[in-house]
Amino acid sequence: MKHIIATIGAAALAMTLVLPGANAQEEGGAAEEGTVHYPLKHPVEQEWSFAGPFGKYDKAQLQRGLKVYSEVCAACHSLKRVAFRDLEDLGYSEEQVKSFAANYDVQDGPNADGEMFTRAGLPTDYFPSPYENDEQAKVANGGAVPPDFSLIAKARGVERGFPRFIFDVFTQYAEGGPDYVYSLLTGYGEEPPAHVNVPEGLHYNPHFVSGVALAMAQPLYGDDVTYDDGTASTIEQEAHDVAAFQMWAAEPHLTERKEMGFRVMVFLVLFSVFLYLAKKQVWSRVEH
Amino acid sequence: MSTYEAHGTYTPTSGIGKWIDARMPLPRMMYDSFVAYPVPRNLNYAYTFGGILSLMLVSQIITGVVLAMHFVASTGMAFTSVESIMRDVNHGWLLRYMHSNGASFFFVAVYLHMFRGMYYGSYKAPRELLWILGCIIYLLMMATGFMGYVLPWGQMSFWGATVITGFFTAFPLIGEWVQQLLLGGYAVGDPTLNRFFSLHYLLPFMIAGVVVLHVWALHVTGQTNPTGIEVKSKTDTVAFTPYATIKDAFAMMVFFAVFAYFVFYLPNFLGHPDNYIEADPLVTPAHIVPEWYFLPFYAMLRAITFNIGPIDSKLGGVLVMFGSIALLFVMPWLDTSKVRSAVYRPWYKLFFWIFVADAIFLGWLGSKPAEGLYTSLAQIATLYYFAFFLIILPVLGLIETPRRMPNSITEAVLARSKKSGAQQVAGGAAASPETRG
Repeated sequence: MKHIIATIGAAALAMTLVLPGANAQEEGGAAEEGTVHYPLKHPVEQEWSFAGPFGKYDKAQLQRGLKVYSEVCAACHSLKRVAFRDLEDLGYSEEQVKSFAANYDVQDGPNADGEMFTRAGLPTDYFPSPYENDEQAKVANGGAVPPDFSLIAKARGVERGFPRFIFDVFTQYAEGGPDYVYSLLTGYGEEPPAHVNVPEGLHYNPHFVSGVALAMAQPLYGDDVTYDDGTASTIEQEAHDVAAFQMWAAEPHLTERKEMGFRVMVFLVLFSVFLYLAKKQVWSRVEH
Repeated sequence: MSTYEAHGTYTPTSGIGKWIDARMPLPRMMYDSFVAYPVPRNLNYAYTFGGILSLMLVSQIITGVVLAMHFVASTGMAFTSVESIMRDVNHGWLLRYMHSNGASFFFVAVYLHMFRGMYYGSYKAPRELLWILGCIIYLLMMATGFMGYVLPWGQMSFWGATVITGFFTAFPLIGEWVQQLLLGGYAVGDPTLNRFFSLHYLLPFMIAGVVVLHVWALHVTGQTNPTGIEVKSKTDTVAFTPYATIKDAFAMMVFFAVFAYFVFYLPNFLGHPDNYIEADPLVTPAHIVPEWYFLPFYAMLRAITFNIGPIDSKLGGVLVMFGSIALLFVMPWLDTSKVRSAVYRPWYKLFFWIFVADAIFLGWLGSKPAEGLYTSLAQIATLYYFAFFLIILPVLGLIETPRRMPNSITEAVLARSKKSGAQQVAGGAAASPETRG
C-alpha cells in the first residue's frame, strides 16, 4: 500500500515538473504553431522602494514621477481618481498643493446664468482629463483610448506560472504592475522579427500584454523632463519614477497598510503562541 | 432534545441568571451546547475548521455591512464607489481587502472542512442530514461569492456574470426565460447589479440560519472523530469548554494570521488585474476566469467539448458542472462502506488523496485557456472526479478489507499515548476539571 502511494506520488511530482513545459508557449512563444500568448517577453523584475514587508513610497521618487506624468503623459492620459489634495502624500505642503491645483483649468457650473464656466483648480478637484470623452480620445490616438493612470499599476500583471506563483507568496511579490509598465516603457526600439506582422500605425513592443504592437508611440527617450532635485533623467530613471507614481496613484495607502500589517502580524503570532501554551496546559490534564 | 447533550447541568447562580432562565432558556442552551457539551477527546486540528468558518462568516458580515454603507449599486457609480472606499473612507482599504480576501479564505476553510468530512466519513449515517445542510451552505456560499464578485463592476465582474448567467440558455425551452429573469433584462446591466446587491446582502443571513440548523443537527448526533467509532462512554469525551474552546481559539488565531498576511501584504494576489478595469460591455477580456474557488467547476464545464446524442456540448458542460455539485449531496448513499474513517480504509485513503490532487489539478486547469493539451487533461480529470463518486465509492465499500479497528475511542487514545510513552492515567478515567481536588 505504501509502495503504491509512493509510486503515484512520484509520478504526480514528475508531472508537475513536466507540465509547466506546456506553459512554454506563453513564455516567449513567437514562432510556434498554436496560439501565441502575449506578452512575447515577460516583464523584467525591478527594485522598488515599496516592495517587501517593510516597503514604503520614496516621496522624492513620487515627486519626480508626478513631474514625468504632468509634463509628458498627461497630454493623453487622465488621472481622474486622484485629487490634487492627495498630492500632500508626496510631501508637498498645503500651499504648494493649492498653487499646483491653481495651474489647472477645471470646468464648473452651471452658474446663475445657466452656463458652464472654467475656473482655476482647487485642491478638492480631481486631475482633469485631456479629452472631453472617450470618442475624442480615440480620434486623437489612432482608434485607441489612452488608459487612465489611476489604477493602471494594479490593472496590469503577467501570469508567472507554476511554481513561481507559489514562491511569490513567500517573497510577497506584488509589483507585477510596475514591472510591466517599466518594461513596456523601456521595451521600444527593438526591430520586429521577420515573421511578425506589425499593423499600420501601431508600434512594435514585445512587452505589450495584448498583442505584438500598440497604438502608443515610444513616449520616453531620456531627458524628457528636468528633475527639480537634479537627478539625471535617463529613460530608466523616468520609467522607474513614473511607474512608482502610478503605483502610488493606484494604492495610496500602501505604506500604512504594510506598517499596520507588521503590528498585526506581531500581535497575531504572539497571541497564537500564548493560546498554544494555554491549550497545552489545559490538555495536559487528559490523555489525547 | 436528545440524549447526547449534557442536559440539565446548567445551574445559574446569579440573580439575573435565574431570572432569565425562568423566562427564556437561551443561556441554558448556550451552556448545554458550548460549555458542557461532550466532544470526543481525540479530535485533531482538522476538526477546528467549523469554528474557523463561523469566525469568517462573522467577519464577512461585519465588513460587508460597513462596506454596504458606502457602496453604490449602479453601473455608473459602482466602480467609483469602491475606489472611494479604497481611498477616502477611513480604513476603507482595510475593510475592502478584508472582505475580498475574506471570501477567499472562507472558501479555503470550507474546502478543508469538506475534505475532512470526506476523509473521516462525517457524511455517513446518522449524519446524512448534517452533511446535506453543509452542502446547502456551500451552495449558498457559491451564490454569495459569485454575486459579490460582480458588485465592484470590473471587467471580470461584468464578463464573469455574462458567462455564468449564459449557462442557463443551455437548457431547452425555459433557458432564455430563466436567464432573463436572473438578469432583469436581455444582458447584464443595471437591474442585474441591483438585484445581485440585494441578494448578496440577503444570502449571508440565510447562510447563518442554515449554520444554526447545521450545528443543531451536529449536536444531536455528536461529532465524528478520527477513528470513526462512535462515542460509547463518558471516558471517550471531554467537555467542550475548556478543551475544544481553547483548541478552536488557537486554530482560529493561526488561520487569522495567514489571512492577515494576505490582507496586509498580498491583498490582490488571489484576484485578477482585469477587475481593476471598469466594466466595458464592448471590450471582452482575453481570458475570462472566475475566482479561484470556482476554477475546478469551470474546468469541468469547459471539458465537455462533444455532443452526446441530443445533448449538445454546451448543455453537457452545464449538466456536468451542476452534477458535480449535486453528487456531493448524495455522497452518504453512494458510499457503501460500513467503516467510517479512512484511517482504517487503506484503498479509500489512496483514492481520496488522488481525488484531492485531482480537484487541485482541475482548479489549475480552470485557469488555463481551454485549448489543446489542457482540454484533454481536463477531460481525464473530470472523468476521475465522477468515477470517484459513482464507481469507486460504491464498489470500494463492498470489496475493501478494512484495517483492524480499536474497540473504542478511549482504547485508541490510550494505545497511542502508551506508544508515545506519555504518562498513564490510572483506570482509564480521564482527569476532568470538575473532579480535580
